[in-house]
Amino acid sequence: MVELLESSLRLGTPLILAAMGGILCERSGVATICLEGAMLWGAFVAAIVAHYLHSPWSSIVPCLVGGALVLGIHAFATQKAKADHIISGLVVNLLVAGSTPLLCKFLFGSPTNSPNLARADRFHELAIPFLSALPGVGFIFEEMPLTYLALILPFVLHRLLFRSRFGLRITAAGEDPDTLLSCGVKPDRVRWVALCLGGALAALGGAFLSVSHASQFTRDMTSGRGYIALTALIFGNWRPLPTLLSCLLFGFADALQIRLQSAEMIPIQFIQALPYLFTLVVLVGFVGKARPPSAIGRVS
Amino acid sequence: MLKALLFFSILGFSLSAQAAIKVGLVLDKGGKDDKSFNAAAFRGASEAEKKLGITLKTVESSDDTALEPSLRTFSRKGYDLVIGVGFAQLNPIKKVAAEFPKTHFLLIDSDAGSPNVRSVMFAEHEGSYLVGVIAGMKSQTKTVGFVGGMDIPLIRRFEMGYRKGAESIGGITVVSNYVGSTSDAWRNPTKGKELALAQISKKADVIFAAAGTSGMGVFDAAEEKHVFAIGVDSNQNWVKPGTILTSMLKHGETAVYQAIEDRNANKFTAGLVSMGLSDGGVGYALDEFNKPLLTPAILKKVEEVKKQIVAKQLKVPDYYSIKPPQ
Repeated sequence: MVELLESSLRLGTPLILAAMGGILCERSGVATICLEGAMLWGAFVAAIVAHYLHSPWSSIVPCLVGGALVLGIHAFATQKAKADHIISGLVVNLLVAGSTPLLCKFLFGSPTNSPNLARADRFHELAIPFLSALPGVGFIFEEMPLTYLALILPFVLHRLLFRSRFGLRITAAGEDPDTLLSCGVKPDRVRWVALCLGGALAALGGAFLSVSHASQFTRDMTSGRGYIALTALIFGNWRPLPTLLSCLLFGFADALQIRLQSAEMIPIQFIQALPYLFTLVVLVGFVGKARPPSAIGRVS
Repeated sequence: MLKALLFFSILGFSLSAQAAIKVGLVLDKGGKDDKSFNAAAFRGASEAEKKLGITLKTVESSDDTALEPSLRTFSRKGYDLVIGVGFAQLNPIKKVAAEFPKTHFLLIDSDAGSPNVRSVMFAEHEGSYLVGVIAGMKSQTKTVGFVGGMDIPLIRRFEMGYRKGAESIGGITVVSNYVGSTSDAWRNPTKGKELALAQISKKADVIFAAAGTSGMGVFDAAEEKHVFAIGVDSNQNWVKPGTILTSMLKHGETAVYQAIEDRNANKFTAGLVSMGLSDGGVGYALDEFNKPLLTPAILKKVEEVKKQIVAKQLKVPDYYSIKPPQ
């Protein structure tokens, strides 16, 4: 059971990081289906930086910058060029999905993956003294560094969004940009910042995949996790704390799926479809209650 | 006399220069850096390029629908030999081979049955049986694991051979999982790692990965949890010395090199070629990286079993006899 929960945490971590990034973007009024692209780019940048500099920590800053740049493209397209948010998001996703194998081929001779990272070049579990020795819950305190971040981040974001001036401006940009403008704050400026920050967080989710969970970048390695993160944040009603729970639930569904496979009597294809089935049920059953930011996706 | 000799040698040289053939290699989703099956095929073709002076062009397909156009492009451009690696190329090769009856094709891992295609199949179950014996003897917990890539009869064949080999040691439990049911399963190392960790929590201490690039995740898990992993297709012992117990070898490079050499010498033959333990098509890897891990008792036993299989005293159960590949 502890093993199952540990696995849920590992599988949930990239979703949490990406979903928190997504909350920032979406609350500011920009539909962000390009979370997927930001994650994939983050995974790619982190893997190559860790490969060349032989340290996982060195990959963090380039990865944050990379994610901010990817959603910077989205911000430019939607805020400056007034493009449709979904179309722009799609373009960004395609751009990243196409350019990463190309760059991989250019750098390493094969478009499918980057070289394997040695054990020292990727993140290790970090046990917190005393806490990790606690019976029962000790396993929570023996995780990858990015997992700790993913568990703390929602609380920070909660505070930022609902208690700080900047957070309230983000919400205002998404709910009622005209009023915000009449108060002398330009909504598109707020969105630029929100998107760059959100992109950086989503990219960190990708970095978890390539330098923490796996040990290399492989083509399309996010395989839809950006969309699942988007689902999780909708399920979490665009609020950090419920979204944290929904991400963990999705991680749990995935972990369970992996463990159920050994039960021979259920067809493997059915079990592997479980997380997606779960997503569908969640969307159909609960999303009725969800209320997106009023100005989301609006092209002014 | 000397002049005549010189003349003939020049003639011979120019003839052989003319005979430099063009070879197109179409790899499947794993890509040439999967350190495994595609890597083996690519190695064979590169060696032929160096030794025989052929012209080699390699294409890695991003998805299964890209296979057929790649094969057709090579054929249309007049390549002499077009090579398709992997079972997913069966139908594309059948189709393209019918369109270009004068082009020669090599298909690995499946039987096309076309008059201009040489199909090479390996007795994976025999090699897997041997590494199963090694796993069974090495396991302290009496539990060994298997992580397959895509759930297809070919990989079930690996699993069955491995399972029977491990069980032949007595008192061994085998746990098995598959990464997925689509060809994305060959390149999902995070999933491979999670499956391996789940197996390790069930006490498995030797895990055989037949999963393309996803196998790298299995190796990572084994390294972190200090258990053993077994590589596949190519010799992967070097990837993580001390963690990789051995590798089940499938000599795709031999099949590819042989076909290119035959085509180069105009001796290409179509039809089904089977490569097993007796003709060195499959085997297990033993080198300086894993020598410290394999005790003399294990080596003695596995060599004994190998002899028995070659002498046909021991018949390894074949999944294909239960469920044929297509």
